Amino acid sequence: MTAIAESAAGQGLCSCHVCNLVSRRERVSGPAHCPRCGASLHFRKPGSVARCWALLMAAYILYVPANLLTIMETGSLFSYRKDTIISGVVELWKTGSWVIAVIVFIASITIPLLKLISLTLLLVSVQRRSRWRPRQRTRLYRLVELVGRWSMLDIYVVTLLAALVRFGAVATVKAGPGALAFGAVVVLTMLASMQFDPRLIWDPLQKERNP
Amino acid sequence: MAQHSAQLIACHYCDLLQREIPLKKGRSASCSRCGAVLYRNATDSIDRTLAYTLAAAVLLVIANVFPIFAIEVQESSSAINLFGAVRSLWEQQMQIISLLVFLTTILIPALELITMIWLLLPLKFRRVPVGHTFILRMMRIVKPWGMVEVLLLGMLVSLVKLTSSFKVIPGVALWSFGGLTLLLAAVAASFSVRDVWVRLDRKPAAEVAA
Repeated sequence: MTAIAESAAGQGLCSCHVCNLVSRRERVSGPAHCPRCGASLHFRKPGSVARCWALLMAAYILYVPANLLTIMETGSLFSYRKDTIISGVVELWKTGSWVIAVIVFIASITIPLLKLISLTLLLVSVQRRSRWRPRQRTRLYRLVELVGRWSMLDIYVVTLLAALVRFGAVATVKAGPGALAFGAVVVLTMLASMQFDPRLIWDPLQKERNP
Repeated sequence: MAQHSAQLIACHYCDLLQREIPLKKGRSASCSRCGAVLYRNATDSIDRTLAYTLAAAVLLVIANVFPIFAIEVQESSSAINLFGAVRSLWEQQMQIISLLVFLTTILIPALELITMIWLLLPLKFRRVPVGHTFILRMMRIVKPWGMVEVLLLGMLVSLVKLTSSFKVIPGVALWSFGGLTLLLAAVAASFSVRDVWVRLDRKPAAEVAA
């Protein structure tokens, strides 16, 4: 690539998020549209940091019930148990399904935590106009974007089991209220990561070069 | 349209302004500052993507009609397909979760394939798709919410959990979802918005020539 060593915004140019066309904005303020595809143009996503914080806070709050409440109730002739996400993983490990236990652990515990912590780190660093390791922080953001969806795993497992195992007193699986909170955490963190604008990571460096 | 900026590209991750360079088939260009992929020169992007999409559409129908798996316990058995599972959850007073599963595994994957066919089929025959700008915008919004590959992993986890207490019979839809996941990955890998716009921008010139 031939780099021009400057951000598009620094040149008054705006790139379209739908068709990638780089165009000059006639007016600095007010609404603008892509000359090729008509999508609305912004130098940076509007209200990115505030919206991302709001969604992230909501996710943090719901993360507590998501982990404390029952996600799945299993009843049979001989036993009855209520599982939270963590006890579900422990149970899988104990019964010898190690591979599945590790997969569920990564999808349901590691990934949501990774998303919450990473987005907090990214938001704080952007607000402090940090110039610390922008490349790594951008990579972290791409990772969050990429793996976020996989935490839906537990929701699907509960759905399938609750629909299939319905033999009354012999064996029954029911979805618990924890599933609702957990699903909300997944959706909220996905929305939060979509609101975050990674170009904000690079803006402090740009100002340095072009005062 | 700003002609002077035709070969300029700005990285979506760090906003670095760069000039496009020609690429060999199948190669991709990445941002010189943050390393994000800027664009790819996908081989026969429109033809291949269309082929994968049509195949995926057939599998999507099969995957939604046939049962995923069945279990047997004490003479009684139970089988479900995906929509049955969604409906069952709705009846168990978990409407929001049911809706979430319906959106991410049935409606959005179907929408993804429909918009792709709507866009690419006319392009294949050198026509401009009706409402292409709206379609492209919708595709971008919808894309992160299609989660067929996660559902497939969920099916496999459920399968393992079920085998400890029941006799499990895998159904046609299980294999179809496997195939669908692969085809959707192929669609994502071969589709290039850039190629679509190259075709759309060239359209007026082609009309004049004809």
